[in-house]
Amino acid sequence: MKDDGKKKRIGVFVCHCGVNIAGVVDVEKVAELLKDYPGVEFSTDYVYMCSEPGQQLVLDKIKEDKLDSVIIAACSPTLHEKTFQSAAELAGLNPHQVEIANIREQDSWVHPDRDKATVKAVKIVKSMVEKAIQNEDLEPIKVGVFKKALVIGGGVTGLQAAMDIADQGYEVIVVEKEPSVGGKMIQLSETFPTLDCSQCILTPKMVEVTRHPKIKLMTYSEVESISGFVGNFKVRIKKKPRFVDEDKCKLCNECADVCPQIVPDEYNMGLSFRKAIYMPFPQAVPGTYTLDMESCLGTLPIRCGKCKDVCDAQAIDYDMKEEIIEEEVGAVVVATGYDLYDMKALGEYGGENYEDVLNGLEFERILSASGPTGGKVQRPSDGKVPKNVVFIQCAGSRDPENHNSYCSKICCMYTAKHAMLYKHRVHDGNAIVFYIDVRTGGKNFDEFYQRATDDESILYLRGKVSKIFKEGNKMIVWGVDTLTGQKVEVEADMVVLAMAMTKADGVPELMKKLKISIDGNGWLAEAHPKLRPVESLNQGFYLAGAALGPKDIPEAVAQASAAAAKVGALFAKDELMHAPTIVPVIEELCSGCGICVSMCPYGARTLNAVRKVIEVNEVLCEGCGACAAACPAGAAQQLNQSDSQIFSMVKAILRG
Amino acid sequence: MGKPKFAIYWAASCGGCEIAFLDIREKILDVDRAVDLVFCPCLMDTKYEDVEKMADGEIDVCLFNGAIRNEENLHIAQLLRRKSKVLVAYGSCASEGCIPGLGNLTDDEGICRYSFEESPSTVNPEKVHPQKSTSIEAGELTLPGMFKYVRTLEQVVDIDYKMPGCPPVAAQIWAVIQTILSGDLPPKGSVIGVSPKTVCEECDRSKDEKRIKEFLRPHEIGEVDPDICLLEQGLVCNGPGTQAGCGALCPQVNMGCRGCYGPAEGIKDLGGKLAGAIASVIEADDPEEIQRISDQIVDPVGTFYRFSLPGSILGRKI
Repeated sequence: MKDDGKKKRIGVFVCHCGVNIAGVVDVEKVAELLKDYPGVEFSTDYVYMCSEPGQQLVLDKIKEDKLDSVIIAACSPTLHEKTFQSAAELAGLNPHQVEIANIREQDSWVHPDRDKATVKAVKIVKSMVEKAIQNEDLEPIKVGVFKKALVIGGGVTGLQAAMDIADQGYEVIVVEKEPSVGGKMIQLSETFPTLDCSQCILTPKMVEVTRHPKIKLMTYSEVESISGFVGNFKVRIKKKPRFVDEDKCKLCNECADVCPQIVPDEYNMGLSFRKAIYMPFPQAVPGTYTLDMESCLGTLPIRCGKCKDVCDAQAIDYDMKEEIIEEEVGAVVVATGYDLYDMKALGEYGGENYEDVLNGLEFERILSASGPTGGKVQRPSDGKVPKNVVFIQCAGSRDPENHNSYCSKICCMYTAKHAMLYKHRVHDGNAIVFYIDVRTGGKNFDEFYQRATDDESILYLRGKVSKIFKEGNKMIVWGVDTLTGQKVEVEADMVVLAMAMTKADGVPELMKKLKISIDGNGWLAEAHPKLRPVESLNQGFYLAGAALGPKDIPEAVAQASAAAAKVGALFAKDELMHAPTIVPVIEELCSGCGICVSMCPYGARTLNAVRKVIEVNEVLCEGCGACAAACPAGAAQQLNQSDSQIFSMVKAILRG
Repeated sequence: MGKPKFAIYWAASCGGCEIAFLDIREKILDVDRAVDLVFCPCLMDTKYEDVEKMADGEIDVCLFNGAIRNEENLHIAQLLRRKSKVLVAYGSCASEGCIPGLGNLTDDEGICRYSFEESPSTVNPEKVHPQKSTSIEAGELTLPGMFKYVRTLEQVVDIDYKMPGCPPVAAQIWAVIQTILSGDLPPKGSVIGVSPKTVCEECDRSKDEKRIKEFLRPHEIGEVDPDICLLEQGLVCNGPGTQAGCGALCPQVNMGCRGCYGPAEGIKDLGGKLAGAIASVIEADDPEEIQRISDQIVDPVGTFYRFSLPGSILGRKI
């Protein structure tokens, strides 16, 4: 405990919050009882402390009574701590001398008994007085900003974020793990509800990104690690070897022509084949071939090596090695997207065993003009045009017992789109949709759905499908129509599952490295679901798109622009202020055991083995206090939240 | 003016602190030359009456070891306080409660019930318990009554210094004696006979960040790496929270620090701090896995509060 012999002059301001607090707690009594508490110079109550006159009262009293600390007994500090800190600052008081005693969320809102709630309020305020007695003036820590952004993910979200940041004049690096940017959107046939061709609207963006002087595109690359702190990150990017020199490649396709190895084509969801050396799709960006070494027969002449022989441009280099590229950035936008739920998990629909049971993305490829069938609806097993197609919504969604509890949000709309596009291609075909609900919240969404049911005579049956099995060359679909209560059996030629969206492969592992929290479903967790929807709690990280949860293209794009605006706001400053409520090391007490190093989620603490002490990077420290709780020597003490303060607070509460 | 008067007394303790005093070996002769040992039941035939007859403050320095377990302990603690100018809580029992203090996991009745009725080696069908007084032909025999809980010396009388250790190491005892003889006394309330920081400071093993997947007991670990932090090898070591001063004796011989030098300067509750610290470095995210790993610490109270339960914030089982 710091004892400089100076007695504090503390002011206590008890808020009524209308009836929110005063309806339960006797606020006048609280203010009255605190008047005699040691250290308290002034105590009063007021109807709305957060109002202009309320703040003015605090400001005036600080000046009048020369208060050197104030306690605002009101709502949670998450709401108005900043309000009163800035009011105090106006009066010349250090903002870290302001304490909020939460007598609303932690008292009046949860207790009905007036007397008991009043006693509790007094205890809460007294404990904050005890804390304030030992509070010290703290100054924010200043740190510079590296005005370059990293965007992880080259789908529509990542591309939009990159463009919007670059257009503000800042440099951007886009890292995409696949050989081309484009993400899931480039695989779609048409988009709802306008039936725009997905490729046609996305490829201009992809081209723009490659041409933008401020954007550096790193495809076939992955983020290996990010260290540092907001404004000052060091990024290690693993650039996988594509064995083809992007600049030399002339896109003649001769390498692929001679390549003897065929493998399922990821772009077409395995519905067609590609060569081991390939271009994912004609509009791929960057426009170059990639040699998939895992599928390659062998580069030695004795094994194969044909592609290198035929390449007149000499673009193929078998000796290309994985590279680690280091970059410095000030902000990171995470736009890692989504994947589809694994078909294998849906055993009742045949798992992956039936060729003619497809997921939504596979059906998109079948519908697509650039797909395996050139846009002609044919079923994968025998290439026949399916006359009866069953569409099943909520496959893997809204099923907390067996699959995912959440709604995948876009499936209602894309199922309507699928059924409609099918009808456009196969005029005499029957489309039957099984659904739980049809959710069409969105601009022109319900109109689109009405069109599907009314104009396109698509049959919607309200009920779940219990089983799909094969009989001859038909898929038998067992379901129920819950509106009539009848069991339904459909002989389908093809079934399309509106498969749940799920976290992208590898995302939990990556987020662990980036120290971005994820929720129980693996979606990224925003700093505040309502008020900070595109920020991470880990400062300097911004989140956008389907990585946060199921959403459609315009929503993802809007989030990308929002994240880019946030990055712009960060880069508009030349210096950042870092909260000073950090946990430094008291070197006289620290013996360098290393326990706190493993606890620090921000990498702020390092062990100096020679001096046998811990060293703290004060800019990295977010003041979470994990080290302070773990340090067995008491050498890690959070500023203005020391063990000594906590003990005094507990004592004040126990004394009453 | 005669030589300064010294006293050494044992209350609830094992006697190891007196033996440690003799561990200063030939220097005992220097001590004998310098001071007059007036009371020390371990070494000399002295009686309570001898102390009672002394004037208040007649003893210059009293090293009091042992915890306060019974009425006799309390009586002599109060007596020696009165008779001594400087009273030192000498050793872990007097400073923190130590092994006798683990009796606070139950109470006097619980201890007697187990010892005289329930323990496997006891046959006592009449349930005979020791009594405070027994009448025999020759008269009344008395025994000091046992308190419900064990207390530290500081919890019953005003003390001047604490000197931790179970027992304090000889070098520290000698250093303390020299300081006292020099007359240059540290401020009242100081912990004496210790080094700054924690046992890790005195331990030469290399240290790194700690991520523990298994806790092992000494007999379960095959070969202990002599150069790496024991905790990192899964052996529970109380060194990170324990006051330095012993020279890291236990870690030197592949045994995790037991914590006998008590809480380091910056902390109040050694057991709580150690439990918190060691639980923090468990490397697992799954609650069941965390439980499985923490269950490998067989006796958490005995491990982390072995020497300091009565002197801790909790003090006893509640």
